[in-house]
Amino acid sequence: MADFQRSVPDTVKFLRRGPSILARSRIDLWLLFPVLCIMALGLVVLYSGAGASQEAVDKQLLRYGVAMLGMLIMAQINLRELERFVPVLYVIGILLLVGVLLFGVGAKGAQRWLQIPGGPRFQPSELLKLAVPLTVAWYLAGKPRPPSLLHTLVAFALVMVPVLLIAKQPDLGTSVLIGASGIFVIFFGGLLWRYVVLAIVAAAAAMPALWMVMHDYQKQRVMTLLNPESDPLGAGWNIIQSKIAIGSGGLTGKGWLQGTQSHLDFLPETHTDFIIAVLAEEFGLLGVLLLMFLYAFVLIRGLIIAGKAKDPFSRMLAASLTLTFFVYLVVNIGMVSGLLPVVGVPLPLVSYGGTSAVTLMLSIGMLMSIRAQRTSRRLRKVR
Amino acid sequence: MPWSNMNAKQRENDRFQVRLWFALGVIVLVFGVLIGRMAYLQIFQHQHFLTEAEDNRQQLQPIAPTRGLIYDRKGRLLAGNRATHSVTLVPEQLLGGKQGVDDTIAQLQSIIDIDDSDIKRFKRRLRQARKPYSSVPLRYRLNDQEIAQITVNQHVLQGVRVEAELVRYYPFDNGFVHALGYVGRINDREMARLDPVNYSDTHHVGKLGVEKYYEADLHGQVGYQTVETNARGRVLRVLERQEPVPGSSIALHLDAMLQAKAVELLAGKRGSIVALDPNTGGVLAMVSAPSYGANQFVTGISSKAYGELRESDELPLFNRALRGRYPPASTVKPVISLAAIDTKIINPNYTILDPGYYQLTEGGRLYRDWKEGGHGRVNLHKSIVESVDTYYYDIGHRMGNVPMTSYMAKFGLGQVTIADQPEALKAVLPTKEWKRAFRNASWFPGDSLNMSIGQGFLSATPLQMATMTMVMANKGKWHQIRMIKDMNGQEVTQVSQLGRKDPVMLDDVKLNRDSYWDRIHKAMIAVMHSNTGTARRSGANSSYQIAGKTGTAQVTGIKQDEEYDAEKIAERLRDHGLFVGWAPAKKPEIVVAIIVENGGGGSSAAAPLARKLFDSYLLAPAKDKSKDNREASDG
Repeated sequence: MADFQRSVPDTVKFLRRGPSILARSRIDLWLLFPVLCIMALGLVVLYSGAGASQEAVDKQLLRYGVAMLGMLIMAQINLRELERFVPVLYVIGILLLVGVLLFGVGAKGAQRWLQIPGGPRFQPSELLKLAVPLTVAWYLAGKPRPPSLLHTLVAFALVMVPVLLIAKQPDLGTSVLIGASGIFVIFFGGLLWRYVVLAIVAAAAAMPALWMVMHDYQKQRVMTLLNPESDPLGAGWNIIQSKIAIGSGGLTGKGWLQGTQSHLDFLPETHTDFIIAVLAEEFGLLGVLLLMFLYAFVLIRGLIIAGKAKDPFSRMLAASLTLTFFVYLVVNIGMVSGLLPVVGVPLPLVSYGGTSAVTLMLSIGMLMSIRAQRTSRRLRKVR
Repeated sequence: MPWSNMNAKQRENDRFQVRLWFALGVIVLVFGVLIGRMAYLQIFQHQHFLTEAEDNRQQLQPIAPTRGLIYDRKGRLLAGNRATHSVTLVPEQLLGGKQGVDDTIAQLQSIIDIDDSDIKRFKRRLRQARKPYSSVPLRYRLNDQEIAQITVNQHVLQGVRVEAELVRYYPFDNGFVHALGYVGRINDREMARLDPVNYSDTHHVGKLGVEKYYEADLHGQVGYQTVETNARGRVLRVLERQEPVPGSSIALHLDAMLQAKAVELLAGKRGSIVALDPNTGGVLAMVSAPSYGANQFVTGISSKAYGELRESDELPLFNRALRGRYPPASTVKPVISLAAIDTKIINPNYTILDPGYYQLTEGGRLYRDWKEGGHGRVNLHKSIVESVDTYYYDIGHRMGNVPMTSYMAKFGLGQVTIADQPEALKAVLPTKEWKRAFRNASWFPGDSLNMSIGQGFLSATPLQMATMTMVMANKGKWHQIRMIKDMNGQEVTQVSQLGRKDPVMLDDVKLNRDSYWDRIHKAMIAVMHSNTGTARRSGANSSYQIAGKTGTAQVTGIKQDEEYDAEKIAERLRDHGLFVGWAPAKKPEIVVAIIVENGGGGSSAAAPLARKLFDSYLLAPAKDKSKDNREASDG
């Protein structure tokens, strides 16, 4: 078949009206459209959340540009060809994480960055957000599925090493996200349901142990969630104020730039982690529902791509990336609405900040690549 | 590809599809939860959170009313308000929170002067109950340079503010405090008593005197503004404002120039001067010397300065005019003689032969006259003019306790007749019952003798002596004794007009014959203007007639526990000099009572001061008592 293809003359290819520019660019419109809508809505809310700041919008636009470029490039890469570099990426990531623990810089009692001498500083944990699902998918793809207990345990170890290193920084939000992305791969690798149930039971049993190793400020966040009124001016402030912001928005909201909670500084982190509270205050439940609808669009498209992917590596990866995106949402919205503890997870594609946007768009790019891979194969088949 | 392999692949794919459907189910479920949560907050709890957001945004701020001003009778400002700047801390906003207090104070100390007593008072205020995010004053009366120093360092002084407020200011700081009282910082005890709403933004309250008595009127009614604030409490804009109602302005009968003159006359002395307007009962002057400055009490006196005032053996904090209980001595003789003739114990022409002493029984104790060898034949007139003690021993003995005390009571002794000086004392008008109760003894004839010359158990405050003399000058006509002349321009003749309780209201003194008044008045004029009068030197060469009576009170002893050096003992054992009188004699405009502690005889120590006061009041250039120029200076 390959030989036949190679032998088809270029003129024939031209006459047969080859794949459109869109198909050749490997971009998936069904994924791109909701992402662009989310970004546009995000910029509108960001302008308000950053205190009517055009500068913040401009900077964010630039980041979106870089992120889109990253997505485009990622979409062109055939992930199967990338597979062999995956373990290298993983090892580099782990080494960098160890480096952070040894030489890292940071603030508020957390070491998260590595300072490049004479250059910018960066957060190695972002790299792991992609490296972990890739590595676990690569590992399990090479093994018989459903994976045996031994292979499952190895895969689990691959997940837990970076998770623990990042939790040690400490950066609870990121370690939860990375842990989730790895576990999802194992789950979609076909881990037997009895092990799934067992793992959930074990995790529940491990909760008290986790409590013991948590930092005081992390314990404080959990306690605050259970009873925010116990310290309304201290640890409970964020949750109380964001609930007030959301609740006071009502069905239709107070109007753009009219949110009192955000514009009078009662609400913390209005342009980063708590930005959905600004949306909820100014655009009401309707605004929230619009955003949730767009997110749902992305998630369902991600699941469809995963469902149609043919090789185990691609579909495990696609499903894991989609569900990780979902975890982002749940942790952020759950935190801001007072259902989950305050852990620093941004609202995907909306919160101000470069790294998370780039990482997320790279994973969107991977999804597009996976889709394009199967499409091109289908195209090839047709021909 | 082998079939079995294909089959395994198909099974794996099926399994994967099932997992995807499972994941979709979880996503739908969780989206349901998240949307449900949002809907719960935004629909069901909407009203609650909307209220909370409004409460966040809007704050009701009280606005203190401006305290009413106090003027003298000519419209001169006695108590005003002026802006002072103080540096305050908001403990919740300090770097490091409440624990940062000491650091911030240390930081401020490197910029401006803050002493230990400031810090001590600050810490005390910090412990008192207060609203969160309210500021606590650290130091008052910043000068311009200190304000500038704090302002330029504002960026490193988080939670530190310079606040301006209107505080009481007394332009006449010297010698007026015993008449006016003063305001000071509200303390915990007062806080519990005051209306928490009306005083929510008020920091000062009347502590003493007029400032205390008229507190409710002077304070005014608190105003409010609804402001929009951000989370750091900064006011962004005012949404609604209800202006406070300023306190009422009060004019007193006090004459600031006369008061200042009286202060000057008592400079370096211990004693008191009270001057009354006999036509109204208003207090023209009320001086107790030595005195102290009231302004230092407004913003908080240092404990060292206060200690010095409290420990001084000159007793500057003691209000002699209202609370000094002195033997009135011979100043009561006009009232005693009036009692004797009005009760017909003696007839107005009664005379005695004065040998210089008096004996109750043959060979008994000698009650001596002040003049050795006596005054010869003495009638009522001469008894007053020359202040003949023997005459009063005689009529006092004839009357006994009851007529004397009942007449003195009609003239206000033994009672508080001033309406608006809450600190005034009753002193002692001793009756038989009083002596039984407080001395556990019967009333002896000797007690009547002592009382007839204003000594013994009898005591009176300078205000009471002035009041008694006013009734005498008015031929029995009473007015309510009071500081206040008018409030907001409305004349006040009795404090019951303002809804307050009047003090003891005495009936006008009616005698059996009006001519008795004239007899006494004639004698009191002769005290000043005849060549035998005890105060003739003070009455000499005056362009108007004065009626008066001198008194010389023996100092009975010095308390055992007080330590004095010999010189001081000698000084403190000298007689008190007293004088009461009025002028012009026939048409009284001013009544005075003067006591100079340990000043010696009344003729030499007190009467000359009275003459100077009368001159100052009656002969003052550009005297325009009829005209009230307060309107002009009211601003």
